[in-house]
Amino acid sequence: MKNPFFTSLSDFAKGRDDKRFSIEEITRYFLSRTESLNASLNVCLSTNPNAINRARQLDARLVRNGAQSPFTGYPVMIKDNFEMEGFPTTCASKILSGYVSRRTATSVGRLLSLGAIVLGKTNLDEFAMGSSTENSAFGPTKNPWNPARVPGGSSGGSAAAVAAGLAPLSLGSDTGGSIRQPAAFCGVLGIKPTYGRISRSGLVAFSSSLDQIGPFAVHASDALEALVAMGGRDPLDMTTDDRDPSEMRRDFQMTEIPGLRIGIPAEMFGEGLDSSIRDRLGELRDSLAGSGSREVAVTLPHSRFGINVYYLLATSEASSNLSRFDGVRYGFRVKEPADLRAMYEETRDRGFGDEVKRRILLGTFALSAGYQEAFYRKARKVQTLIRGDFLQAFEHCDMILTPTSPSPPFAFGEKTGDPLSMYLSDVYTITANLAGLPALSVPVGLDSQGLPVGAHLIGPPWSEGRLLKVADKISSLYPMPLPEVHAGHPAGFREGGLK
Amino acid sequence: MNLSRSDVLHVARLSALALSEAEVARMTSELSAILNYVEGLATVDISGVAEAGESLAPTPLAPDTPAASLSTEGALAGAPDRSGAFFQVPRILEEGR
Repeated sequence: MKNPFFTSLSDFAKGRDDKRFSIEEITRYFLSRTESLNASLNVCLSTNPNAINRARQLDARLVRNGAQSPFTGYPVMIKDNFEMEGFPTTCASKILSGYVSRRTATSVGRLLSLGAIVLGKTNLDEFAMGSSTENSAFGPTKNPWNPARVPGGSSGGSAAAVAAGLAPLSLGSDTGGSIRQPAAFCGVLGIKPTYGRISRSGLVAFSSSLDQIGPFAVHASDALEALVAMGGRDPLDMTTDDRDPSEMRRDFQMTEIPGLRIGIPAEMFGEGLDSSIRDRLGELRDSLAGSGSREVAVTLPHSRFGINVYYLLATSEASSNLSRFDGVRYGFRVKEPADLRAMYEETRDRGFGDEVKRRILLGTFALSAGYQEAFYRKARKVQTLIRGDFLQAFEHCDMILTPTSPSPPFAFGEKTGDPLSMYLSDVYTITANLAGLPALSVPVGLDSQGLPVGAHLIGPPWSEGRLLKVADKISSLYPMPLPEVHAGHPAGFREGGLK
Repeated sequence: MNLSRSDVLHVARLSALALSEAEVARMTSELSAILNYVEGLATVDISGVAEAGESLAPTPLAPDTPAASLSTEGALAGAPDRSGAFFQVPRILEEGR
């Protein structure tokens, strides 16, 4: 549901500077909406008790100095695998119970330094491992479009937060599709930038060579500004690139749809794709052609091995990254273990959920003596071939269009009994991570059951601005409603805000 | 490939996970199913292909500049058990052994 105060980041900034509303008023509105809807949707794992105080301070500062940034006072929610000093970070895992962060993620810190207000931390699949938020130790998030359906995952809470109007902007992380698939399922825009665009410092690591941070928003221009704000070099993440993130703004302004070459990989429109999604994408292709872009047939022959490569590489890295959770320095520890070894093993067995254990075991196996060559190293070589396919395709097109997900949002429990079928829901998104490429999901309306459908755009490295410009065009062709999850606004608020 | 019960127990030990009997049985079948799927990679010809990232320069290292870091109290703030300025864990060496 749209909030009664502003439509976009720039409209927020104008309303704030014109004194149409105060920051405190906005903050109270979103917190109170979260409070009233969280019991049914389970979007937030914690809210920020300091948010109102911060809003008041920002209001007072505005009177003296005026706003420095459109983000001053802007409400944001962050996935609960981002660290924020003084706040709990759970990663939706029992093993981090009681843990309070001692630092703030660079991405979050950059938004805070511009004056953004973090309202709360959102639900996820435990350690960002999953495609439905059903792997959360704190129960699943409900899809705001249909509470019997999953919101996608792993950033399901952040996607649902924007869809349900609990915040106009949220942050997620994407290792194999964890921003884009929930964006598609919840009918909002979500972008995973190029690997190296945004610092991962302070994001709890799952698969360090694949993880990237990105925003969820309703408007492409808001996602763009969030990327510019968070992007750029960070000495705390040596994989960040030196490029000036404002290049995305320039590319956004300069990109034109007429003449744009859109690559269509036949592999990603074939068997296994839900017909309702194929139909929506077909309409989109016609509309884009009608706007002057040109379709180019491309081929990504190794993309069908994406899932295979991903579940070897991501699990291998996870098995190493998650070895730090051992019950020694923070979080959960079993009571009265027999000895040190038992303390490690029992803490980890009881602290981690099933999917996390499955992935640790798989990754440990793929790296173990005797199997590393056939599994881990082979996967790294096929990853090279997947990257090569994209480089070749981008010689003939400016970006590639695919569906985001092969199916509409599925029902709770539908895939939890069969891990492999859950993995296959990332079949179209996973290769962008393996190739380090920017990719986004933008809504293209609803399917025959009234559930959101997403279109997926993948671009060459550093092309986020261009991708977002096309997403902006798609949004104008398919104006997306937000679901009516709640009749009326929380008590105490009137349409149009307090005058 | 199908994993045996002893394969799973071996990997669980390497992973520092004390799986229950029920978990061992379930993981044996689930991991076997996943491995049978990912083994589809065997059909890809990778002769002459380099591992991803191999041709790139290694990730640069940050300059080694001393700076303030977490205080002892800060580091210990979340400790499940502590003794003075140390994290406390179960005894490793028994007296008289």
